[in-house]
Amino acid sequence: MIRVEDLWRTYSMGDHELHALRAVNEEIADGEHVAIMGPSGSGKSTLLNVIGCLDSPTRGRYWLDGEDVAGLSDEVLAEIRLRRIGFIFQSFHLIPRLSARDNVALPLIFAGVAAAQRRTRADQALESVGLADRAGHRPSELSGGQKQRVAIARATVMGPKLLLADEPTGNLDSRSGAQVLDVLGALNREGKTLLVVTHDPAVARRADRVLVLRDGEIAKRVAGSNVTDLNRLFDFGETSA
Amino acid sequence: MIVSDLFRLAGQALVQNRRRSLLSLVGVVIGVVAVTCLTAIGEGGLRYVTDQFASLGSSIVIIAPGRNETTGGMPLGAGGIPNDLTLADARFLGRRISAVRTVVPVAASTGKIRHGGRTRQVPIVGTIAAFERMQNLELASGTFLPDSDMERGAAVVVLGHTVARELFGAEAALGQTVRISGSRMRVVGVLAERGTQLGLQIDETVFAPVASVMRLANKTSLTRLMLDLHPRAEQKRVIAQVRELLTARHDEEDFTCISQDAVMSSLSSILRILTLAVTGIAAISLAVAGIGIMNVMLVSVSERTEEVGLLKAIGANRRQILAIFLIESALLSLAGGVAGLVLGSALVAVGQALYPAVPLGTPAWAIGAVLALSLGTGIGFGVWPAWRAAGLDPVAALQGH
Repeated sequence: MIRVEDLWRTYSMGDHELHALRAVNEEIADGEHVAIMGPSGSGKSTLLNVIGCLDSPTRGRYWLDGEDVAGLSDEVLAEIRLRRIGFIFQSFHLIPRLSARDNVALPLIFAGVAAAQRRTRADQALESVGLADRAGHRPSELSGGQKQRVAIARATVMGPKLLLADEPTGNLDSRSGAQVLDVLGALNREGKTLLVVTHDPAVARRADRVLVLRDGEIAKRVAGSNVTDLNRLFDFGETSA
Repeated sequence: MIVSDLFRLAGQALVQNRRRSLLSLVGVVIGVVAVTCLTAIGEGGLRYVTDQFASLGSSIVIIAPGRNETTGGMPLGAGGIPNDLTLADARFLGRRISAVRTVVPVAASTGKIRHGGRTRQVPIVGTIAAFERMQNLELASGTFLPDSDMERGAAVVVLGHTVARELFGAEAALGQTVRISGSRMRVVGVLAERGTQLGLQIDETVFAPVASVMRLANKTSLTRLMLDLHPRAEQKRVIAQVRELLTARHDEEDFTCISQDAVMSSLSSILRILTLAVTGIAAISLAVAGIGIMNVMLVSVSERTEEVGLLKAIGANRRQILAIFLIESALLSLAGGVAGLVLGSALVAVGQALYPAVPLGTPAWAIGAVLALSLGTGIGFGVWPAWRAAGLDPVAALQGH
């Protein structure tokens, strides 16, 4: 379970301060599928990074599975990312010189898993995303959708409970995007908590809940099924000047 | 974290950037080649000198006439000409010092040697039969000087290889007669080709009984007395005995004793210091190579910023990222060290083929030191880039800045 309380993330930009997150309060239950939306610069990715222990809040509290992680050391946060969180990025971030299997196996290296077992687990993870036959291919030999599924296999190979995806379909055509979302949806149905940052209503519609951010604050909470188009979603009831 | 996996990751990164990795290796290779070759030459020179001394025979003390000292004022008996070293001195020392196997007198001179129409000006060494064993001389034909009383000057000569060739050509020299400063002498032996040895050009030299040479040159003094010692004799003790006995006999210390050990150890230490100094200069080039490696690693880190960000996102900690980049620069410099060692050894082998007389060879300590030094260079100069990689902010790194 994720709980954040009065969460701030502030960047000092020379003489003034920029609040990427301001006083965010939210609770996300285990197994939930939540989409995070909002205009660009509204703090979507920052919220995801803080929840993913990749970035530390400037102020506020953050409990991950009941553990206060806001003030933990780099070392401990790395361990949390390794074992409890899986990241998926818009630009895949696969290492070009490594095969699909070796890319998937990377976290296992940092966890100290022996080579033979790594191979088995990486192959299983690739099989679960439908890429068993591509294990020996380099990223350059894979399509965009395949790359993102390799990235999903890498995110799940350590068996984390929480998956964080930042615009996972942003670089994909709609067909391979849908495939990737199907894989993520299946993982969510298996019980993994899934947080997806997106600007695509079609992606958000698959979520149980949608958090809509504006200027670092959660401005709206709507059900995924209620998402129709961005104009209505990002209409915060103000008259434009 | 398993170390071998980090090595594999680092190796793959280096292979990926083949050309850049190779170029940064060149500096290390040059440094290592320089160290390898220079120590080989230094060590070769040292061994050459040692071998030369060893070929002088087991253990020798040399006595030269005259007090060869630069300190103090005039010697006692000032103004006097130093006493000669004579054959009587030789016999005396041979009788009185038990550690001496043979006293070999040497009278050096020069003279004209003539056969048929050909004349040559040559160094003439007057000595006795034992000189052959002491100097490890080899004969091409005949025998060395006869083993007779040192006072007896038989009219015989032994020719050096070159002298024999130049006087007799293809003709056999053995048994022929030559004239030295007008005296007829019979050739009883010709030496095998030997080359230069500690400044004495044996191939160009003519050997004759010591008494004959002294008579021909009209000299009463010997040039040297060489004491051929029993193998386990202590050179220091023998020198002390010689000093005591000969000083008493001459009423003053008008001679100089040189032990082979002392000459050799001071020569070796000079050579060793020279080798170390030159090698040290070569080692500086390794430091320069280290800066090249640091540069390449810094480029590598900034190129792979996103990769570092990813590794952090999937759970690599600072130590692991530091290790990946340190191993990378260590591998790079070690590869340069090994390549330089191979290339340097090849050059040494080529040099050996060109100059077989000098026993070249990179000493084991230098091989170990050069590998350790190149590894140290990689790690030392890799620390800063690796530290930078480990300290990157993951969010910024993922975005490529």
